[in-house]
Amino acid sequence: MTVNLKGRDIISIQELNKEEILRILKNSHFLKKTPQPILLTNQVMGSCFFEPSTRTRLSFETAMQRLGGRVVGFADPAVTSTKKGETLYDSTRIIGQYVDVIAMRHQLEGSARRASEATDKPIINGGDGANQHPTQTLLDLFTIEECQKKLEGLDIALVGDLKYGRTTHSLAQALTHFKARLYFVAPDSLQMPNHICEELKRKKINYTIHKKIEEIVNKVDILYMTRIQGERFPDQMEYEKIKNIFVLTADMLSHARTNLKVLHPLPRVGEITADVDTTKYAYYFEQAENGLYVRQALLAMVLGKLN
Amino acid sequence: MKNQKQLRAFKVFAIKEGTVIDHIPAGQALKIIEVLKLQSNKKIVTTGLNFPSKTLRKKDIIKVENYELNQDQANRVAILAPTATINIINDFVLTKKFKVEIPNKVEKIIICPNPKCITKQEQSDSCFYVEHIEKQIKLQCKYCEKIFAQADINEYNI
Repeated sequence: MTVNLKGRDIISIQELNKEEILRILKNSHFLKKTPQPILLTNQVMGSCFFEPSTRTRLSFETAMQRLGGRVVGFADPAVTSTKKGETLYDSTRIIGQYVDVIAMRHQLEGSARRASEATDKPIINGGDGANQHPTQTLLDLFTIEECQKKLEGLDIALVGDLKYGRTTHSLAQALTHFKARLYFVAPDSLQMPNHICEELKRKKINYTIHKKIEEIVNKVDILYMTRIQGERFPDQMEYEKIKNIFVLTADMLSHARTNLKVLHPLPRVGEITADVDTTKYAYYFEQAENGLYVRQALLAMVLGKLN
Repeated sequence: MKNQKQLRAFKVFAIKEGTVIDHIPAGQALKIIEVLKLQSNKKIVTTGLNFPSKTLRKKDIIKVENYELNQDQANRVAILAPTATINIINDFVLTKKFKVEIPNKVEKIIICPNPKCITKQEQSDSCFYVEHIEKQIKLQCKYCEKIFAQADINEYNI
């Protein structure tokens, strides 16, 4: 099947089919092994970060520069016309006239879709509020494939804030292509939303709900940790009670599968203790590095330089 | 004793020519009048609210004189009244009857209930994709991608 992402917007993981996802991962592997320092010479990326970001913005900008392209943009909307009341539509329409591709992050949900209506240049969504962050999902899939040597039929646990975390929603949806067995570990009030569970049922994906990491840690190939944010809890007492249940320590991994890898979209704030870093299971720093190659692959593909 | 149907005719009197929109879920008739802009087309509009109904328990009715609603117009109100039936009357006789059909995409009418949706901040037409999941209508915002049940929609662009 032909895959051609030239000119395509990358806004939502659900708009990518399995073949397209696999091709992005293949190109990411290629670029990780074989740097292409002149692939995007004479191309300019608009780096439009209306909301603060460290890893996503720096890895997009580095990805463009490592492929020989150039970057213009901003990391603070206060320096743009947004402060004067300009709409996102107008800003994007104008920026689209200057650059070849736009990587953006915005605090409002649906902003990337709205921006894509303002310009013919490809938009790559680097996060639109709590909605989508497709490049995170792609780098998660890339990392899972890299460390497990396969994507099909893995046992994968998602841990932490599964209700509000866009990362876990998109990852669960993407994993439906690969027949994963899913374990959801979260406090009751932060469990996976119904609409995602319904989608998994429709796609015949096996999943179970759990309250403790210990219940599943020895049964999985991937333990995907996420941060539980105290501010999500209306009752701080409840937060104090549960926050320590969702902390992973090296001791808890003593009977884990030998191929287990622990992932985390980062930043972590105490949910993985530092003693896990030196175990063979820790893979979250490699995961963060992989964002660079996945974003390189996407930039090259939407600009028509890689198929 | 006069039968129920005759009595009802006095409540919302019969029309000679025009359209009767029946089986509207109670509470939606006034919104439908606004969506179809019936108040400004200079035709006579009669509305009945909260009639007893076997299937809906309570229903609203709209009658518009000398006006024929077509299927496309009817579908615009489908999201407000998926149970509605359209009756076309000529010379006091029912000559055509059809149901509203919910389109796959509803544009402009719904206001996204998500306060963090970009459509709340910038003036842009809303767009919702309609899915039928286990006999329920689910509406997904094209922009913020949130999925809503029909009952979650509180505001309409009218």
